Amino acid sequence: MDFAKLKEQLRPLAILEDVVAEETADVEVEQEEGAADLDAQSVPEPQQLPAINEVDHQAKGFDLDVKVEADKVVEAAKILDEQGFFLEAVTGVDWLKENQLEVVYDYCMWQPQCRVVIRTRLDRENPVIPTISAVIPGANWHERETHDFFGIKFSGHPNLIPILLPEDSDFHPLLKDFKVNE
Amino acid sequence: MNKAAIDNQETFVLNLGPQHPATHGVLRVKLTMDGEYIVHAEPVLGYIHRMHEKMAENRTWAQYMPNTGRMDYLSALSYNHGYAAVVERAMGIEVPERAEYLRVITVELNRISSHLVWFGAFILDLGGFTPLLYAFDDREKILDLLESVTGSRLTYCYFRFGGVYNDIDENFVDGTREFIKTMRKSIPMYHDLVTKNIILMKRLNDIGPISKETIRKYGATGPVARGSGIDYDVRKNEPYSIYPEFDFDVPVYHEGDSMARYMVRMDEIEQSMRIIEQALDKLPDGPVMVAKAPKIIKPPKGDYYQAVEAARGSFGIRMVSDGTNKAYRLKLRSPTFSNLSLFSEACEGMLLPDALALMGSLDLVIPEIDR
Repeated sequence: MDFAKLKEQLRPLAILEDVVAEETADVEVEQEEGAADLDAQSVPEPQQLPAINEVDHQAKGFDLDVKVEADKVVEAAKILDEQGFFLEAVTGVDWLKENQLEVVYDYCMWQPQCRVVIRTRLDRENPVIPTISAVIPGANWHERETHDFFGIKFSGHPNLIPILLPEDSDFHPLLKDFKVNE
Repeated sequence: MNKAAIDNQETFVLNLGPQHPATHGVLRVKLTMDGEYIVHAEPVLGYIHRMHEKMAENRTWAQYMPNTGRMDYLSALSYNHGYAAVVERAMGIEVPERAEYLRVITVELNRISSHLVWFGAFILDLGGFTPLLYAFDDREKILDLLESVTGSRLTYCYFRFGGVYNDIDENFVDGTREFIKTMRKSIPMYHDLVTKNIILMKRLNDIGPISKETIRKYGATGPVARGSGIDYDVRKNEPYSIYPEFDFDVPVYHEGDSMARYMVRMDEIEQSMRIIEQALDKLPDGPVMVAKAPKIIKPPKGDYYQAVEAARGSFGIRMVSDGTNKAYRLKLRSPTFSNLSLFSEACEGMLLPDALALMGSLDLVIPEIDR
């Protein structure tokens, strides 16, 4: 696997993000953007770069962090599947304050060892995202589990019924506003 | 054949479990049968779902440690290890060398005991009762050893952030060496008694082949993947703790059938013993807990991931911290959840008894699937 090539393939899928000063931006892209904006130099606009970041494996435990729009996850799955990655897990994170639900896909490659994280944010009121189970059959159960816990609807999923929760359950326990009886 | 058989109403539905000896716990499989052949199998999960991930959000980091010993009750220490390692990674805690050695020794002992239970129960599934007694006899010695240092026999909670809570003594070292000696004699006996048995060979050879591609598409790991020719072991491919210091092999078989998965686990017992021996030889002196262990655990904000090689495959923890004393989100990626998800595809068209052999060779531990 060619890590640089993989990054190039995933770059078009990434959303544009305001660069925060502390973030280590990709040098190559910074130059390209700089060249394009030469005439607008006088106006210091906030720079926007694709949200694709290399991560220090030692510190974080994964190698590449990519933020994408919800409709791009299938395309990302196809690219990673072609490269020989397998899917570790699909999960969600409830960001209640921002009124958003995050969906996280963990991909891993055996040899050479490489972990890629694809993440996307959904509107908390209407969390719908296309399923990747047509590309990666192993995602079927992981998506059902994520639907159980967060109520995220995976459109096009062949069998989106509760997997771990009771079959008639209508609650989503990992949402932050789900109250636990202590 | 499948579609036609279903349309022609020649099939019937058979419930396997949730109370069935071959499902090891409470797994239910809804089988659509055409006579003795399986047309479609649908595992039904969640009978002992306890929502460990929500519990993580409701208790402090340290309070959650006992939970990690209660998912995979057969190799609980690997889960302790994964959880301790991910928090240490986030906090930047350096673990003393002796503590890392103790971790490796106990985890590998636990791996052997887990494989012994699997060995006994698997043969029991196939109709052989005696090997279970031998396996449990050997396992008993490991449980006694681990009890003397961890204080418990099954649901361990031995690791702490920054080390382990109890040092080992001479008795443990001698006892472990003694155990390895007897185990070295037991393994050839197992092979004579079981592996070379013609009935077992006929039950396992070429039964339930799983292709490399199926393994990858379903994200299966551990002995299931290694039995299909995939040379992947987190201890080698993504080294953590002090595994790089040891000389051990990763057993890989290419056949992909139930026999290959059986052989991988039997060989892994030997490799684990090699690791333990080397660790005992090289065991350094020193503290077993980092000197300035933080009193209050508050990992910095952000995402962290840690994978460890549990007895059943790659166990991963994704933690999201918001800088408080409780986890914001803790995702537990359990290996058997992915390993079992390929069952439905792999068992199509198989005879029911063969499918049970395949299921046994996946080494299911239901509390770990259901979490």
